[in-house]
Amino acid sequence: MSVSVRIPTPLRKMTNEQDVVKSTGDSLAALVEALEGEYPGLKDRLMDESGELRRFVNVYVNGEDVRFLSGLATPLKSGDEVSIVPAVAGG
Amino acid sequence: MSYMTALHCRECGREYEPGPLHVCEFCFGPLEVTYDYDGMRGKVTRKRIESGPPTMWRYIDLLPIAGDDPIEMGTGFTPLLRAENLGRELGLDELYLKNDCVNPTWSFKDRVVGVAATRARELGFTTLACASTGNLANSVSAHAAKAGMDAIVFIPSDLEQSKILGSAIYAPTLVAVNGSYDDVNRLCSELAGRYPWAFVNINVRPYYAEGSKTLGYEVAEQLGWQAPDHCVVPMASGSLYTKIWKGLTELHRLGLIDEPHTRMSGAQAEGCSPIATAWMGGTMNIRPQRPNTIAKSLAIGNPADGYYALKTMQETNGAAAAVSDDEVVEGMKLLARTEGIFAETAGGVTIAALKRLVQSGVIRRGERTVVFITGAGLKTPDAVMGRLAASLDIEATVESFEAAKREVDARVSAAPATA
Repeated sequence: MSVSVRIPTPLRKMTNEQDVVKSTGDSLAALVEALEGEYPGLKDRLMDESGELRRFVNVYVNGEDVRFLSGLATPLKSGDEVSIVPAVAGG
Repeated sequence: MSYMTALHCRECGREYEPGPLHVCEFCFGPLEVTYDYDGMRGKVTRKRIESGPPTMWRYIDLLPIAGDDPIEMGTGFTPLLRAENLGRELGLDELYLKNDCVNPTWSFKDRVVGVAATRARELGFTTLACASTGNLANSVSAHAAKAGMDAIVFIPSDLEQSKILGSAIYAPTLVAVNGSYDDVNRLCSELAGRYPWAFVNINVRPYYAEGSKTLGYEVAEQLGWQAPDHCVVPMASGSLYTKIWKGLTELHRLGLIDEPHTRMSGAQAEGCSPIATAWMGGTMNIRPQRPNTIAKSLAIGNPADGYYALKTMQETNGAAAAVSDDEVVEGMKLLARTEGIFAETAGGVTIAALKRLVQSGVIRRGERTVVFITGAGLKTPDAVMGRLAASLDIEATVESFEAAKREVDARVSAAPATA
């Protein structure tokens, strides 16, 4: 299985400037672990000490905010598109 | 002169060059402008401000631009009106309306865009862009026209016709997205990394947001260099609300006003009330919502500054109110009937919230209260269409007029007396 992940500008230094990377995981939490294996340090940027998504990080699966889905437990399947987007925009 | 020195992360404090950046690379926290307040002291004086132009640019020293060549469209320094009729009706002794309907594109957005467009030009951008619920797109399109820049504006496709027209007239590239504002915002956040454009509320957001401080400055100056006791402010992302408070605290920091004890209260529509809902639930965690309200200019289900708005509410002993769409319409009518101001739906939300906050005892009779009316009514005519008294349709004869008048008089005398 393969999931594509859109990487926002502030994190691209960690992904060799790639704006989309492929990874795996049957849930968002598993995906974050897999990304951490490939791009060490990425997990820290996305999650706080309590293991929750940081306040200023929004994650979307196929365009849907994961807070409307099941948060980190949101299941993923092959072909899904995950977007990591800084929360502080708009208004 | 400019006192901007850097950008810094509001959460972790890391500093950045004042470029087109809005998010901390380390913790994703929002970036905020750093100023040399010590350098301002004694130089940025009441006298200097009072001798400036009758626009928001009288506060240029307090705004994040490097040069002294703003894109001037005559924005700001809008009337602060004593609202005796509305105050009497609601039971407030000293009520004021800050009428920001009278800006160049008829909303407060000209303030934020004035700063963002000026800063974008300084940073070498030739294209202005935005994600908008309508008013912002109007203002970005107009400023681009004035500055000779290109504009590409993104809006939800279900916007009011008047707001679409209010952008299209300035000939931007107008992109109507099949989705909500939050969808538009997410799309633009991704596009901002791909195109060399200044998205006013994304990659140049730290500058943009500062424009709202001018509403706080103006109110204090117009009250004779005093902060009000209570402010009632509409909330979408929560940015305007937090920046009005920032403006008041900055004036105090510079010794231009006494320490403000202003209570900051925020207004939302029930159909999109993520900030008010968190406030009433006693939590600092905002749950995003899917908006469903006629107050489309406030329909942001995922508010970027919601967390900071809650902090300001706590710090200032303010409150939040969420009102129904019917109350929004009644609020618009009440404001028009008592004070002669035709505001858009956001104004109806704010007036309805004011009414609730007075009735529930949050705002006390004696508090000097300022209500922010941020956009004009002709932007959202659908909200009141069909809910106002119809015209008397007559022939061009005295008899026809008098027959119609007799009918109206009979209707009025038959109607039960209302309080």
